[in-house]
Amino acid sequence: MSNFGLYEERIRDFDWSIAEKELEYKDGNILNIGWYCSDRICLKGKADKPALIYEGFGNVKKQYTFNDIRIAGNVIGNFLRNLGIRNEDRVCLFMDRIPELYLSFLGTLKIGAIVQPLFSAFGEESLFIRLENAQTRAIITQSKHLSKVRKIRDRLPGLEFIIIVDHNITKKLESREIPFSLDESAPVENLDIYPTTAESPSLLHYTSGTTGQPKGVKHVHYSLIAQYLTAKWVLDLQENDIYWCTADPGWVTGTSYGIIGPWSLGITQCILDAGFSAKAWYKFIDDYKITVWYSAPTAIRSLMKAGDDIVREFDLSSLRHLASVGEPLNSEAVIWSIKMFGKPFHDTFWQTETGCIMITNFPGMKVKPGSMGRLFPGITGAVLDPENYEPITEPGKIGLIAFRPGWPAMMRTYWNNEEKYREKFKNGWYLSGDRSSIDNEGYYWFVGRDDDVINTGGHLVSPFEVESALLEHPAVGESAVVAKPDEINMEVVKAFITLKPGFTPSPDLELEIMNFIRKKLSPLAMPQVVEFMDKLPKTRSGKIMRRLLHAREWGEETGDISTLEND
Amino acid sequence: MEDIKEMVRKYVISEYLDEGENITYDSPLISSGYVDSFSMVSLLVFLENKFKIKIPPSKATPEAFDSVNKIVELVNQYINK
Repeated sequence: MSNFGLYEERIRDFDWSIAEKELEYKDGNILNIGWYCSDRICLKGKADKPALIYEGFGNVKKQYTFNDIRIAGNVIGNFLRNLGIRNEDRVCLFMDRIPELYLSFLGTLKIGAIVQPLFSAFGEESLFIRLENAQTRAIITQSKHLSKVRKIRDRLPGLEFIIIVDHNITKKLESREIPFSLDESAPVENLDIYPTTAESPSLLHYTSGTTGQPKGVKHVHYSLIAQYLTAKWVLDLQENDIYWCTADPGWVTGTSYGIIGPWSLGITQCILDAGFSAKAWYKFIDDYKITVWYSAPTAIRSLMKAGDDIVREFDLSSLRHLASVGEPLNSEAVIWSIKMFGKPFHDTFWQTETGCIMITNFPGMKVKPGSMGRLFPGITGAVLDPENYEPITEPGKIGLIAFRPGWPAMMRTYWNNEEKYREKFKNGWYLSGDRSSIDNEGYYWFVGRDDDVINTGGHLVSPFEVESALLEHPAVGESAVVAKPDEINMEVVKAFITLKPGFTPSPDLELEIMNFIRKKLSPLAMPQVVEFMDKLPKTRSGKIMRRLLHAREWGEETGDISTLEND
Repeated sequence: MEDIKEMVRKYVISEYLDEGENITYDSPLISSGYVDSFSMVSLLVFLENKFKIKIPPSKATPEAFDSVNKIVELVNQYINK
């Protein structure tokens, strides 16, 4: 029997106070995610239960109980507090998926500071933009990423502390750099938890839009209420589960459901910090007897590509429930998972801004392959007519996916950008930026984005950010960046480029430009294809018509081209 | 043969590894996280440009790119064609 039960009953009886009661939270109480994910679980008698099972590069294995993560969170919180970090200071976590990342998350929250997790593959420019915007005071990182921080620290006078968790004594420390070793620190049994309340800020996750620089999505500690309940009902996490969320905490899935959801429920979770390979992933499931697996369509399609035979080399019978997030899950992947694992992947739809799962195929309910599923109880959603922002009632008609604000995990604002935040609302609806239709049973069917943002492997990339970075390459005159369809990643970045005088198109220049963006921004943002052009299509007023290039890539109608500049 | 190996190894070190990191011909590249699936595309473009070959997408798998030795094995299949 699943935790969720019957949809109709849940909808009828739903109130977010269900989660509040289970978490013994009352309005006005202290509410601190760091405490709820560790101290509270220990107080519930699970101090010795494994919380984190870690496997990293080179077959490094570590295991932590809930008491271990409680104490480690205390140690890190105490260390930060002694440096002078205070509540609401921003602390960036810039690490691979090593245990210190997860434990720093708890420690930072425990002292009331705001966690700013960033994907460790980000290049220095992506890192700089986000640290500058957040006015980050401390960054916790690894030696291997230190060179990126060193390149930008002079431009970040507010970045007072660069904390290195694996400092090697042979490498000389420079200004503002502080070594920290969790293993060599004395345990801190008791830490004064900062008395955060429901609306105290907890996290800043950065997300990309069509225009402008990335925006810092501000979440608060009250998000716990929704993350706890959705993890319980949608991911169906139960007492004896061994859970694996494959997402990196640099992205919202990696924090909402890679830390907060499972640990607030007292669930054991496994982390594999190694690159992707089908064999390694299946072996990991087999070795640790994973029961609940939350992954992404890109990974699932890569597993499909690796073939069926390899699946049969492993015992994957421990798997009990499968879910997916990040981009639409195609029906072929659902059908394949039924064939290979005996159960379907359940699609979940949500965003950095929503903080928790909004639409999903629930455990125990009929899965319609290719559909995103139905609304989570307590969420009011619709597809809106793009002309008047009124809900569309006709089944099957495409509109903008929108939600009525008010659920606990909803973002509270964009950091230092209230104007952009307000732009996300029309007629009292939060606009997700995605389009879909709803069928006559209330199932949502994804169609695509409503803007130019590129969804590659489940991560959003801003064409504006890539175009801006491209212009810094000495050979690039003008650029336009669009999504290109891709079998595995759904979309990848494609750049159209005109060259400055004196430069000639060549395969080597294409590679040089690709690597330039990979290092400056991130591997995700790297154009996988560069097309050199004599000129880019523009309107008569000189604006590059990205829409035209996008339509060409997707084999779509180009639409109105009456404003196209003549030759 | 040795030249190709060393050429690929040097390229991987210069483009994907951090300062002070090193690899052997057998060091895992993908499964160790040195090269992720997105960056693999730029490595593929390098091989195709450098050795004037075309590797079909179906052959450019994480397993085939998981060490310098494996990459050279793959490249040789197309160089010799």
